[in-house]
Amino acid sequence: MQSQFDSGAKDQKANRPLVAEFRAATKRYGTVLAADALSFGIGKGEFLSFLGPSGCGKTTALRMLAGFETPTSGEVYLDGERVTDVPAYRRPVNMVFQHYALFPHMTVAQNISYGLMQHRPRPDRADVARKVDRALDMVRLSGFGPRRIWEMSGGQQQRVALARAIVNEPKVLLLDEPLAALDRKLRREMQIELQTLQRQLGITFVLVTHDQEEALSMSDRICIMRGGRIVQSGSPNALYDQPISRYVADFVGKSNFIDGRLTALSATEGQIETPVGQRFAGRVSGALPLGSKAVLSIRPEQIDLAKSARTGAEAVTVINRIFLGEHTEYLVRHASLGDLLVLVARQAEASAGSFAPGDAGFISWAPETGLILPQD
Amino acid sequence: MQRRLSTWLLLAPAGLWFAVMLVLPLCFVVVFSFGERAAAGGYVPAFTFAQYANLPARAAAFKNTLMLAPLGTILSLLIAYPLAYFLAMQADPKWRTLLLILVIVPFWTSILIRSYAWIFILGGQGLPAVIDWLGFGQVRLINTPFAVLTGIVYGYLPLMVLPVYVSLERLDKRLLEASADLGAPPLRSFLQVTLPLSLPGVATGCMLVFILLMGEFLIPAMLGGGKVFFIGNALVDLFLQSRNWAFGAAVAVTLVVIMLVTVSLYMWLMRRMGGVRDDVALM
Repeated sequence: MQSQFDSGAKDQKANRPLVAEFRAATKRYGTVLAADALSFGIGKGEFLSFLGPSGCGKTTALRMLAGFETPTSGEVYLDGERVTDVPAYRRPVNMVFQHYALFPHMTVAQNISYGLMQHRPRPDRADVARKVDRALDMVRLSGFGPRRIWEMSGGQQQRVALARAIVNEPKVLLLDEPLAALDRKLRREMQIELQTLQRQLGITFVLVTHDQEEALSMSDRICIMRGGRIVQSGSPNALYDQPISRYVADFVGKSNFIDGRLTALSATEGQIETPVGQRFAGRVSGALPLGSKAVLSIRPEQIDLAKSARTGAEAVTVINRIFLGEHTEYLVRHASLGDLLVLVARQAEASAGSFAPGDAGFISWAPETGLILPQD
Repeated sequence: MQRRLSTWLLLAPAGLWFAVMLVLPLCFVVVFSFGERAAAGGYVPAFTFAQYANLPARAAAFKNTLMLAPLGTILSLLIAYPLAYFLAMQADPKWRTLLLILVIVPFWTSILIRSYAWIFILGGQGLPAVIDWLGFGQVRLINTPFAVLTGIVYGYLPLMVLPVYVSLERLDKRLLEASADLGAPPLRSFLQVTLPLSLPGVATGCMLVFILLMGEFLIPAMLGGGKVFFIGNALVDLFLQSRNWAFGAAVAVTLVVIMLVTVSLYMWLMRRMGGVRDDVALM
């Protein structure tokens, strides 16, 4: 259902004017390079995510946008203006902090009105109250204004933090792992809510997360980061289907990897040979010269697990079975390829029968679903 | 039943100490305050309000204490806050411990000796000589309220610095980022976030210093030279020199009542600031 929207939406977003831009923004802490000449633009109204493990530079990128860090070199632009040296309090962006950073000595309403009250000359009180009420409505906390922060649950505090930021109508809303402290169910709810809110408000959202599911489900575009650089950026679908390296394939969704060497290469097709001499064909993604070390990536859902052998099928032993509802995840062991994950849809399992640990089976996949990628 | 017994047993030493060393003597003092001075000094049982009626005789001591104790507390705070702020927010963490130790170092020497040092600094051969030499004329510093105030602020500064430091150090620095992010320049962030959240530490420091100052007698005795005396000096005089125990007791009871009122006020204030649930510290 998502894909229906996607193609149209993507074209629209490609032409959007930039609301923020990094030009070779570099941040160095001593000898550590936290951001390595980052250059990218953020389109107006876009939902952009920075995804990567801790220490990849995603938070540094966000903090440079917020104004908490000044780039060692390079420039940051907001709404067409150079803001590289502009302090945080003069930037038209607002952040939802990881642990919310709500003011404990203020009520919910005082927290939310804090940003509005910083305007000089002081804004009209009735006007502020109206805006605060509207923000509370938006995060479904109507009537909670007079409450104390510590009277609110974690999920409610998260909403207050969100309201405190959006009430200022920022040019860009920055979200620093905003859902990390919530339990799974609440997190899922908030993901949907954030997405809805973003569509309603039309504000540009920039999210930093290490949770791929979060990034995949909410973003228009994801920047995969590593070592202070953006390794690949694109729509969630593009990253999932066309990763340009093993790192990206590993970070976006689950995948099986078969190590080898590229032994044949045409325009987009290739073949790798494993150390024991098995050969597998696949599409080649990323820059790979013939003969170089490569890895074949196959998504678990692309692998077919059958009870009887077919041509090209590999014999495996089932090690483990995890029932996930719509899918069943099997861990199977192959004599030379090692352990592989196989995701079997419910209907497929219903027709082909299920496996128990210890059962023998045969796996196969369509060659075009395999992706040959650079080693890292 | 078993548990209650063990709870009581555990509380017994503290309770006993409290009863014998605090409540009982206080009862004696209250009883004494309604008595009379024996001819040879000491106490004769009686029931009279004469001692309380006689309190104005020590008005100067009360006036000095009730002026210099709050003033000393406020001055200590004004000096301690920036220092604590620097230690907690600006100082390089590498040096922080060392700097904190430096704040406490004066406690390693007796206040008696340190006050002696001040006698020389403020005495005729000290600072006034320098001021005179610089051509600003002759000033008298020792045995003035100024000297007492200097000694007080010097002596009690660490007691103010530490609680304020703790409250600033515990302050979640991300709140300041949030404040800046929401558009507040540094000074406003300080006034709207840092200051309110450090008030529990400020109140604790003020209470510590104020309560101790109300009972202070050493510094006024040494730097006030008998001209600037506190209630504490009056008590020493009444109990040890003139041996008027009954009157001394009345003065002491009055002092306790003043302190009780102040502490109650403090508790009430703390409860009103009680929004910061975790930070309400009576320390």
